[in-house]
Amino acid sequence: MILLIHAHPYPSHSRGCRALLGAVREVPGLEVRSLYDLYPTFDIDVPAEQAALARAALIVWLHPTYWYSVPGLMKHWFDVVLTRGWAYGKGGDALAGKPCLWATTTGGQPATYAPDGLHRLPFDDYHAPVEMTARFCGMQWLAPFVLHGAHSVSETELAAAAQAFRARIAAHAKDSDA
Amino acid sequence: MTEALAYLAAAVLCVPLAKRLGLGSVLGYLIAGALIGPWGFGFIQNIDSAQHLAEFGVVLMLFVIGLELEPKRLMAMKRDVFGGGTLQVALCGALLMGGLLAMGWGWKGALVAGFALALSSTAIAVATMNERNFMPTPTGQTAFSILLFQDIAAIPLLAIVPLLGVAAAASSEPGWMGAAKAFGAIAAVIVIGRYLTRPLLRVIAATGLREVFTAFALLLVIGIAELMVLSGLSMGLGAFLAGVLLAGSEYRHALETDIEPFKGLLLGLFFIAVGMAIDFGLLINAPVKVIVLVLAYLVVKVVALWGVARVMGVSHRQRLLFAFLISQGGEFAFVVFGAARMAGVLDPAAAGLLTLVVALSMATTPLLLIAHDAWMARAECAQGGKPDPDVIDEKDAPVIIAGFGRFGQIVGRLLIANGVRTVVLDHDPDQIEMLRRFGNKVFYGDATRLDLIEAAGAKEARLLVNAIDDVEDNLALTDLVREHFPNLKIVARARNVSHYVQLKQRGIDIVERESFEAALNAGRRALEALGHEPYRAAEMANLFRRHNIKNLDAMVPAFADEERLVSVAKAGREELEAQFARDRAEFEHLHPGRGWAPEAEREAAPAADREAAAGGEVPAERQ
Repeated sequence: MILLIHAHPYPSHSRGCRALLGAVREVPGLEVRSLYDLYPTFDIDVPAEQAALARAALIVWLHPTYWYSVPGLMKHWFDVVLTRGWAYGKGGDALAGKPCLWATTTGGQPATYAPDGLHRLPFDDYHAPVEMTARFCGMQWLAPFVLHGAHSVSETELAAAAQAFRARIAAHAKDSDA
Repeated sequence: MTEALAYLAAAVLCVPLAKRLGLGSVLGYLIAGALIGPWGFGFIQNIDSAQHLAEFGVVLMLFVIGLELEPKRLMAMKRDVFGGGTLQVALCGALLMGGLLAMGWGWKGALVAGFALALSSTAIAVATMNERNFMPTPTGQTAFSILLFQDIAAIPLLAIVPLLGVAAAASSEPGWMGAAKAFGAIAAVIVIGRYLTRPLLRVIAATGLREVFTAFALLLVIGIAELMVLSGLSMGLGAFLAGVLLAGSEYRHALETDIEPFKGLLLGLFFIAVGMAIDFGLLINAPVKVIVLVLAYLVVKVVALWGVARVMGVSHRQRLLFAFLISQGGEFAFVVFGAARMAGVLDPAAAGLLTLVVALSMATTPLLLIAHDAWMARAECAQGGKPDPDVIDEKDAPVIIAGFGRFGQIVGRLLIANGVRTVVLDHDPDQIEMLRRFGNKVFYGDATRLDLIEAAGAKEARLLVNAIDDVEDNLALTDLVREHFPNLKIVARARNVSHYVQLKQRGIDIVERESFEAALNAGRRALEALGHEPYRAAEMANLFRRHNIKNLDAMVPAFADEERLVSVAKAGREELEAQFARDRAEFEHLHPGRGWAPEAEREAAPAADREAAAGGEVPAERQ
């Protein structure tokens, strides 16, 4: 089973994430957990989340980038779900070895993530906290999927990105079937 | 003893049956009385003693009403009591007197009878209003104000009867003597109610003898009633006054609960006595005459009361209901007719006929109200059934809110403030008058009626918010919607756990217990007050909520089986305790300060990074 953790507070106002999610929703064996739909009051059901993670062969995190990081509820999900003794620390090997695909969208153009750009650093430099969260839990970090300029890319570009995203997930779906 | 057997058996048989048939309990008692009385099976022959005892039912009722009415509120009602009351008695009295004069009666008889007939039955009107939960509404209060004035107006009416009589000067004392006695009695009631009763109640309550407290409560009311009789005033008025004076006291609820069963039984006896007093012999001898008189009486009174309602600002749709509620003749009329017969103002045949007319008019009140309900239902349907051109748009389809009290109002205001078009159903239109002004559809009436919810747009509505507080009505509406509009989504209010389960068993997904969230918040705040960190307290409350709902939903299939239910509930409680214990242990274990990483690393890392990686800082229960 592929578990896609989706975190967007206003999914119907989303452009990038909605296109990406729409492209993969029908992939067989994929289970989507939309955190903001499940836990609008931020009261995360930890056992339910951990059970879903335990069943997953591939874990996908899909969210828009907010303030160089994950949206608040996704961060809260890290805080309460990835607990010591379960995700890390002594006996904490529930996620060990599971591949993790991080997919995120940004509003800025790729060029803004450069030393002379608005955000000063290449986007790769902003991966670290999320990447280390996965690695700390022993997960296998896959090459992230990033869609820049989610508000401004053309429909064709958006569709192409969505297809590329689907291809990456579908490849894993086949792997996990085998 | 056999008499008591007859009373109780008749009441136990007839009242639930009448209620079941939708006739109301008052009519049930009246029928019970007619059945056991001299004209029915004749179990009871001497009805005078029963009537005398039953009068105390009315007295106790007024005492209890007084208890619920604080002096401040009574002062606010004084315009209605004296303005509206004077208008009603004067208008109805003059019209009825005119009618009797036109029938060829002498002026003395017409005057006494006309004004006696202008009065209404406090017992029937208030009992009916209570049954329909109508007393607290503005219209109900207006009706009650008028009934209160009638109690006052009955006093001079009774006083003039002997003056008019041929057997005049029955009373030898001068007028000022009577007035002085009346003032003295009222002053005595105020002194007793205000200054003597509370210390006495304190002493009696301290003894801890419950039955002595009850005995004292009865003694108080009956004593005041007797004092009133001695001074020529209305017993009910005195009891009412005593009740008002005790409304602010700490014993108010205790007095109310103690008096309540006596009040209920004696009031029932009162209605039975009225039923027994109906002279069916007279009715059989001259049925047409009697029926025409009753009808004429009711028409005159209803028309006059409709006018009074208009002047007093009763809302348009409730005027007829108001008029019907107090259209009947009152128990005071019996007393006045009796006195007038003794004084020779009325001849015995006329007094008997009028007594029959009043008794029958009392029996018509429940029937008139049933007719009123049916008529209103039809009117609502005709009004609401019209196709509304702007309902076609799916997005514009309404949300129906059934019940617009404490609960429904908050739901409604949130929706309305967000531009959602709502249709509100409630049985108190005054409360929702405001909504109507803001362009919302408001329907007055019983939301458990199919025609009404259909008129509200149940067919095209997107959602029904079932916020009715009465469990039976709430479930009746749920069933109705399930059956006739299976696609209409329901958000339901549950009063308690058993109601919650019953809604879930009917397949309603969205059920909110009315007090659960508020109580949970109070619990969270209590934990905070005990020194828990606010966020930690919120986590505990969240854990409790999740567990509670899970456990409750597990009860749904077992709910019919009490034994299984008890075991499920017990297991749930134990599980909750275990879960909290586990949660506490984990929290202590993972508490910041016994961090996840070597101390040196923690010190070296910038604060933000440490937080980010310390995934275990906020613990949660594991599987």
